[in-house]
Amino acid sequence: MNFIIDYYNYWVVVFLMMAGFYTVIAANNLVKKIVGLNIFQTSVFILYISMGKVAGGSAPIVADGITVYSNPLPHVLILTAIVVGVATTAVGLALVVRIKHAYGTVEENEFKHKDDLI
Amino acid sequence: MTELIDLVLLAMLAITAVGVIFLKDLFAVVMLFGIYSFLSALIFVNLDAVDVAFTEAAVGAGISTVLMLSTLALTGRQEKVSDHKTFMPLLIVVATGAALIYGTLDMPPFGNPDNPVHQHVALRYIQDSPQEIGLPNMVTSVLASYRGFDTLGETAVVFAAAIGVLSLLGMPKRERAAIESGLESHLVLQVVAKIIIPLIILFALYVQFHGDYGPGGGFQAGVIAAAAIILYALVFGLPVATQVLQPDLLKTLAALGVLIYAGTGVASFFLGGNFLDYNVLASNPVAGQHVGIILIELGVGITVFAAMLSIFYAFASKAERKNIQ
Repeated sequence: MNFIIDYYNYWVVVFLMMAGFYTVIAANNLVKKIVGLNIFQTSVFILYISMGKVAGGSAPIVADGITVYSNPLPHVLILTAIVVGVATTAVGLALVVRIKHAYGTVEENEFKHKDDLI
Repeated sequence: MTELIDLVLLAMLAITAVGVIFLKDLFAVVMLFGIYSFLSALIFVNLDAVDVAFTEAAVGAGISTVLMLSTLALTGRQEKVSDHKTFMPLLIVVATGAALIYGTLDMPPFGNPDNPVHQHVALRYIQDSPQEIGLPNMVTSVLASYRGFDTLGETAVVFAAAIGVLSLLGMPKRERAAIESGLESHLVLQVVAKIIIPLIILFALYVQFHGDYGPGGGFQAGVIAAAAIILYALVFGLPVATQVLQPDLLKTLAALGVLIYAGTGVASFFLGGNFLDYNVLASNPVAGQHVGIILIELGVGITVFAAMLSIFYAFASKAERKNIQ
């Protein structure tokens, strides 16, 4: 049981990462590919936050009577990454909107010319 | 107990991800992704990352869901059946996944205080930052002071992304103010929105200025304030919202935030310190750190608010123009 608890978080991270990866390469619709990219991204967030956790620790805000704090560094890295992540997702979605405008479709297999196929 | 909650929440997250893969209705996919974000926010709370949970709940479940829905309004909500073979992608994913799982066995066990990640700078952040910076929230200390340079870069990326979206989609024009939009027939929504929008803005200001002492800070406050205006635009229509907060003003604000941040760095430069060394900003180092952190959190808040809102304006005006045609 201990062995499972020690590595469970990492396994779920790998599963989510692969679920996102699969959506990116197998989905036909560009919006769905972006959702897949986001799932991939969130799995990395969970990996970092899992590494920052200290068993029996508390949130890294100083309070009386608390001696063990979780590691604040991964929190900082991921906090900013989330906001940057939504900003870059917005750029991706804007590109999808322009592709729809230019080609009339966002389905991978519907682009008319061979050169346009992704 | 923590481990048990962790087990259950992560399992629910995995199930949601599988749902995203198999659903063909993209509206349902986006809604599931909103649930996915809320679940990950819960996991972050459980793993002591309260600041991160805060950001994920506001950004993942709020802003990105709205942006994806407005994209769907422009591109259609059904994914068509593909003639792709699913065998090759599945093979690649299973092989990569198996290799990664094998790799995790070399990872240090979850939650062990002796893990290498807790031995280097983290020790100093936890032991010295409350005295050195004078703030109880270590995340804010590290974000705004120790890693201030990094955060400046992140703020610049958010600013650059907003410019990217605006140049791809264009800003709404103001002369279209006569067009009807919003949910004018929904009286209940309008009354409820009028009551909660001021509260959301008040909460955003609290998060902005209390972020030094509790969870919060410029990133979260900017996103929450933007969410308040987005709610206003959704209920009362985009033209009304663009009259309250004009797109041109937002462009200026987005640049102003980055300017405040970089300006604080330059000011500390001229007062004899290094770039973004707040110790020289006031008579004693701790007071200087306070001044510096308040200034740069303000810069971050303004840029994030203006960037998120102008991104939303760009998407919403595209969607509205399509509805008119």
